[in-house]
Amino acid sequence: MKRKTKRLWIILGSMASFAIAIVLILSAFSSNLVYFKAPSQLINHPTVKGTTIRLGGMVLANSLHYSHKDQTPTAQFQVTDGQAAIEVHYTGILPDLFREGQSVIAIGTLDKNNIFTASEVLAKHDETYMPKEVADALRKSGKWDPKYGPPPDAATWDHMTQPK
Amino acid sequence: MISKILSPEFGHFTLALACCLAGAQFIVPLMGAKVKNNRLMALASPLAWGQFMALTLAFACLITAAVTDDFSVLNILQNSAADKPLLYKITGVWGNHEGSILLWAFILALFGAIVSAYSHHLPLSLRAKVIAIMGGSAAGFELFCLTTSNPFLRVWPAPLDGQGMNPLLQDPGLAFHPPILYMGYVGFAVPFAFAVAALLEGKVDAAWGRWVRPWTVLAWALLTCGIALGSWWSYYVLGWGGYWFWDPVENASLLPWLTGTALLHSALVVEKREALKIWTILLAIGTFSLSLSGTFLVRSGILNSVHAFASDPARGVFILLLLAAISGGALLLFAWRAPNLTSTGIFTFFSREGSIVLNNILLCTMAAVVLTGTLYPPFVQLINGQTLSVGKPFFDNALIPIALFLFLVMAIGPVIAFKKGNIQQTFKTLSIAAGLSIICTIIAFIYLHQIFPSLATGLSIWVILSACSDFIRHIAFFKTSLGNSVKRMIGLPRAFYASYLAHIGVAITILGIVGMAASQQKIVEVPINTTIHLAGYDWTLTNIEDRQGANFIATEAVIKISKNGKVVTWMFPARHYFDRQKQVVTDVAIHTNFISDLYAVLGDSKNSTQSTPLFVLRLHYNPLAPWIWMGGFIMAIGGFITLTDRRFRIGTPAQRKKVKEA
Repeated sequence: MKRKTKRLWIILGSMASFAIAIVLILSAFSSNLVYFKAPSQLINHPTVKGTTIRLGGMVLANSLHYSHKDQTPTAQFQVTDGQAAIEVHYTGILPDLFREGQSVIAIGTLDKNNIFTASEVLAKHDETYMPKEVADALRKSGKWDPKYGPPPDAATWDHMTQPK
Repeated sequence: MISKILSPEFGHFTLALACCLAGAQFIVPLMGAKVKNNRLMALASPLAWGQFMALTLAFACLITAAVTDDFSVLNILQNSAADKPLLYKITGVWGNHEGSILLWAFILALFGAIVSAYSHHLPLSLRAKVIAIMGGSAAGFELFCLTTSNPFLRVWPAPLDGQGMNPLLQDPGLAFHPPILYMGYVGFAVPFAFAVAALLEGKVDAAWGRWVRPWTVLAWALLTCGIALGSWWSYYVLGWGGYWFWDPVENASLLPWLTGTALLHSALVVEKREALKIWTILLAIGTFSLSLSGTFLVRSGILNSVHAFASDPARGVFILLLLAAISGGALLLFAWRAPNLTSTGIFTFFSREGSIVLNNILLCTMAAVVLTGTLYPPFVQLINGQTLSVGKPFFDNALIPIALFLFLVMAIGPVIAFKKGNIQQTFKTLSIAAGLSIICTIIAFIYLHQIFPSLATGLSIWVILSACSDFIRHIAFFKTSLGNSVKRMIGLPRAFYASYLAHIGVAITILGIVGMAASQQKIVEVPINTTIHLAGYDWTLTNIEDRQGANFIATEAVIKISKNGKVVTWMFPARHYFDRQKQVVTDVAIHTNFISDLYAVLGDSKNSTQSTPLFVLRLHYNPLAPWIWMGGFIMAIGGFITLTDRRFRIGTPAQRKKVKEA
């Protein structure tokens, strides 16, 4: 095979591979992008039922309790951004850093009774870190600005402040 | 006494000294090459050694400060405490931003010194240029360390005790993971330096391929070990039973691994056939650039969030400038000089070279997919402020089809001859392996009922069997007497064994991943003396007790594992409470028989007010899980065996002649 033909083959092969990669990326993007929503966003603009989203906010103080089914505990708690609260159900061991009154991200879907079933719950990695999405959502809701010190106690942000 | 000599100020001084020496290591040999002064060029090696010694002293100073609990050093104050075990005082030195940058610079200097020690057979001007380029990149990092991330800063007045380390990092796996991973990242600086030096020289030939290949293999093997260790750490420390989370930090290590694997193979073509030269140079530049951008962009917070970038603008801007200087400079040089490089080797499509071209295309496509998935979320955030994430489903859907095709090719490639392969011969060698693999795929499909996992199983077996078939062909097993076969077996170059091992390692990792997908788990909340049935085992919680650890209090569960009434083992999952950080860390219990893992996690006990306290347990049965990391280490062993191949140890006659000419 001549060098030019060989080069043509290599270029064609690369292009084909590139095209396949683009198709794979786009098709994977179309169904697998997970958007972040704060509770008030989710309540005001409900997504298509069954779409996986990342729900982030603060765990409402005194909202955590457990229900049991066949010895398997399900954690139930409320996540709030100060404007709305959503009930989250999670079957599994909550992360070590999960606390009431601290930030959390739950990955899962919202059902028709507005109960969010989480398949995964992420708590912050250490004391001083708040997930960036949560901090942004809190800022947008006007509840807290990271510039002015640590986040307020979640017990003080009653979801009654929700606009009527 | 030692702490008086190795004071933080002395460390600061030696770091600055190393930076100056690295600058000289960059400028002097290049000047010497320009004016063709052999004495200036010969200065490269002593300067590299000087820089390495200076950095060793700087590193020793920081370790001394950590071991002697010198809390007047800001970095030690923020990351250490008097009651921390000694091992973690030492390893904690690189568990934070400043220390890890110093470690990075130290390893870069170490590689510089090793290169100058093992490059006496190189032509003088090439050697001077390679060492100079390494010095130039080292100077950049040492300047970065000095100006924006100085680990030797003091505080006054010195507090009595430090703030302690994140308890998650207090783990032997994580203690050794960063240095090995960094050695992998930094190791790619050597092929990079060779590539830039070759562009400066304007010459790439078979000898260049032979010189650059062991360094590429070394970096690749270390990076493989580093990634495997990191993945193992997240498996047994994070306690979710997961081993890879597709987060930007992990992707940053996977990217140079993918392009580094491509480089490893294309450098082979340069060595054997003097083809693919320009492409190999580009891959060497690209791999090191990905190593750099990966670690530094992620560690500085640019990738994770655009906002963390603004929190310390000086660091971010410096990193970007450094990246632009190193990668941008190399690429400019590439654009200017690469067209002068001509390939002489001609090959047909069905040849070893052809299969390596395909391997390179596929590996680079996979790298492009990973890069897209990693960069897309921050990009969207920047454009329209929407926060989103790209997770496992995306990477699974986009990568698995490409990876499966790669495995198909990977088994055939090594069997094909260079230059022009013989289709019939190849078919004859692989026919039995192909038949058996198809049968395995069908059996896997009957059990798994899913297409991709069964294909992955079949193709892994295909890779293993084809390596075996090739081996049998080479030693002429069954075709000649047994003694003759053994003789051939001993005579077979070690590079062959290395490639068999590396390919089999990949297959074992893939089998492990497929097995993990079939794992079973159960979460229960039970009182003491309850038996849970999972995956054919009886898990009995027999006791829960508290005990005092080094700097934590442990709550430990005792679980008896039995099968068919016979006790298999005892497991002790625990929770460690660190009083200083008010933080709980899960201590997972794993029992492995190298075929499957039993994995137990003790959860929070919240209902302790009841008369019979209940405890939350999460139990996993992970089939083939240990194979994921075993495969990784087998690949790395393959890499290390290549380094002992005699072709790399002793120069061929042609090479010796060249040295004399120079």
